[in-house]
Amino acid sequence: MKAMAYRGPYKVRVEEKDIPRIEHPNDAIVRVTRAAICGSDLHLYHGMMPDTRVGMTFGHEFIGVVEEVGSSVQNLKRGDRVMVPFNVYCGSCYFCARGLYSNCHNVNPNATAVGGIYGYSHTCGGYDGGQAEFVRVPFADVGPGIIPDWLDDEDALLMTDALSTGYFGAQIGDISEGDTVVVFGAGPVGLYAAKSSWLMGAGRVVVVDHLDYRLEKARTFAHAETLNFGEYDDVVVQLKKETDFLGADVVIDAVGAEADGNFLQHVTSAKFKLQGGSPIALNWAIDSVRKGGTVSVVGAYGPMFSAVKFGDAMNKGLTLRMNQCPVKRQWPRLLEHIRSGYLKPNDIVTHRIPLEHIAEGYHIFSSKLDECIKPVIVPSAH
Amino acid sequence: MPGTPYLPDKPKSVPSSDELRARIPGWGADLDPKDRPSYPRERFDPGATGAHWEFPERQEEKWPRERSIEHEFLTPVFGTSTPPRGLSGVLRKYAYATWSEGRAAHWLTLIAADRVDAVESHLRSFVSLRPDNPITETGVLSEFSRGGLSSRVGRRRVDTSHTWIDPILVAGPWVLAGVVFLGLGRRATRSRR
Repeated sequence: MKAMAYRGPYKVRVEEKDIPRIEHPNDAIVRVTRAAICGSDLHLYHGMMPDTRVGMTFGHEFIGVVEEVGSSVQNLKRGDRVMVPFNVYCGSCYFCARGLYSNCHNVNPNATAVGGIYGYSHTCGGYDGGQAEFVRVPFADVGPGIIPDWLDDEDALLMTDALSTGYFGAQIGDISEGDTVVVFGAGPVGLYAAKSSWLMGAGRVVVVDHLDYRLEKARTFAHAETLNFGEYDDVVVQLKKETDFLGADVVIDAVGAEADGNFLQHVTSAKFKLQGGSPIALNWAIDSVRKGGTVSVVGAYGPMFSAVKFGDAMNKGLTLRMNQCPVKRQWPRLLEHIRSGYLKPNDIVTHRIPLEHIAEGYHIFSSKLDECIKPVIVPSAH
Repeated sequence: MPGTPYLPDKPKSVPSSDELRARIPGWGADLDPKDRPSYPRERFDPGATGAHWEFPERQEEKWPRERSIEHEFLTPVFGTSTPPRGLSGVLRKYAYATWSEGRAAHWLTLIAADRVDAVESHLRSFVSLRPDNPITETGVLSEFSRGGLSSRVGRRRVDTSHTWIDPILVAGPWVLAGVVFLGLGRRATRSRR
């Protein structure tokens, strides 16, 4: 089969690989029909995530058709059209039993601090991902969900991570009616977090980024006010001005490890890997939220330390909430919102790229060329 | 007279709920926290996941699978992509066997192993039928077909302050390796004379 293969920082190619096999009785093999490149894939692509091995296939956002199931699989059969959460999880450990699917303890031998994620380095379990023609899906009775007939392929694809994560980010902000919400990052997750904030009853939603074309999307897709931090000497002061010097009630960090806005922080983390991630957006979040407010973090960071302004967080009495999204928990309610017309996930898809051209896809997305917001990968096996 | 936050009232700049409901599709649909799927954070319901086991069957371990020493044992299911190999594999196994996830040495060694892996893999590719090609593998030609210049010039992008580092990081080691290779070649030629 054809599969994306990592070749070292900033380099990927398509290789011929063996079709994955059933390795556990509850495995399924899924033929991928659509995959996506996620903003967090760029952390791998840039060599930031420890134990990212040459030859690994990335891709934790994918949908497909069940090709084969293991002997203990009861809920899926060959031919089912499925969407697969980015979390690999067992459904039965201490954490899964409490709904913390992203924190599963039975699927990642390499680390206890993070669960299993498809195609996301050995730090997240060493599973090959879905930017390929076929993928192994462990715990087929637990993770994948059958795609409703009425749901569009791309909308289903976006439910496997970006939409669910954005919606989750708004939830863990504990937004109350009339709250002012600031979202750092106008990428896919930030756009969905902004849109979801209204569902929770936000009174104002302000999206902050430095890419004008993405801020334009935040205005049209997410009905948000926008602020280009490149225009201001100090974005925190500007946000204080915008909020009557109170600060926002809730701030969502939808940027993560490669945040821009401070040369030193960005270069020491994203380029020279001396920090687990660039904490610029997180520090801005801490400084621009009001005292007693909540910072919700859904941007991804590496496992190493980062220079976070923890003293300000303590002195302001902040609530810091964060996690990888437990994706499948979001689906029933998200499907209701899509059906009601409140959400149209694939409005943010800008590029559809054949798997064979995935190296260009990564470069376009990474370098923010061609007004790219969300690239979808189309495998050729079907 | 000062305003918020020097006085107790909330800011007046927030529109009313009625106005928002009329303007934003779905505004307030999840106003009640009980409608939010991740509320409360932990909800004990082991029957809800589809798992029909208390502890999963164990996947066969086909090579000694490296694992965090913070785990009591190898997890029952694990990924089987890209087993450790070469010098990078030695470094990875050492990092897992020696330090917990709480130690910087663990992660720094794994990052170092990643760089070694890249060098080893590039060298290995040169004796294969498909040597690494930094032009096609970086996708850099899309700079010409997808508006590399127009996407950057005249825009208020702050990342242009460090874009110049990327080519050095990507091409630098190749150039350096070439210089070292040429130097060694010249020295060998000279010593033969």
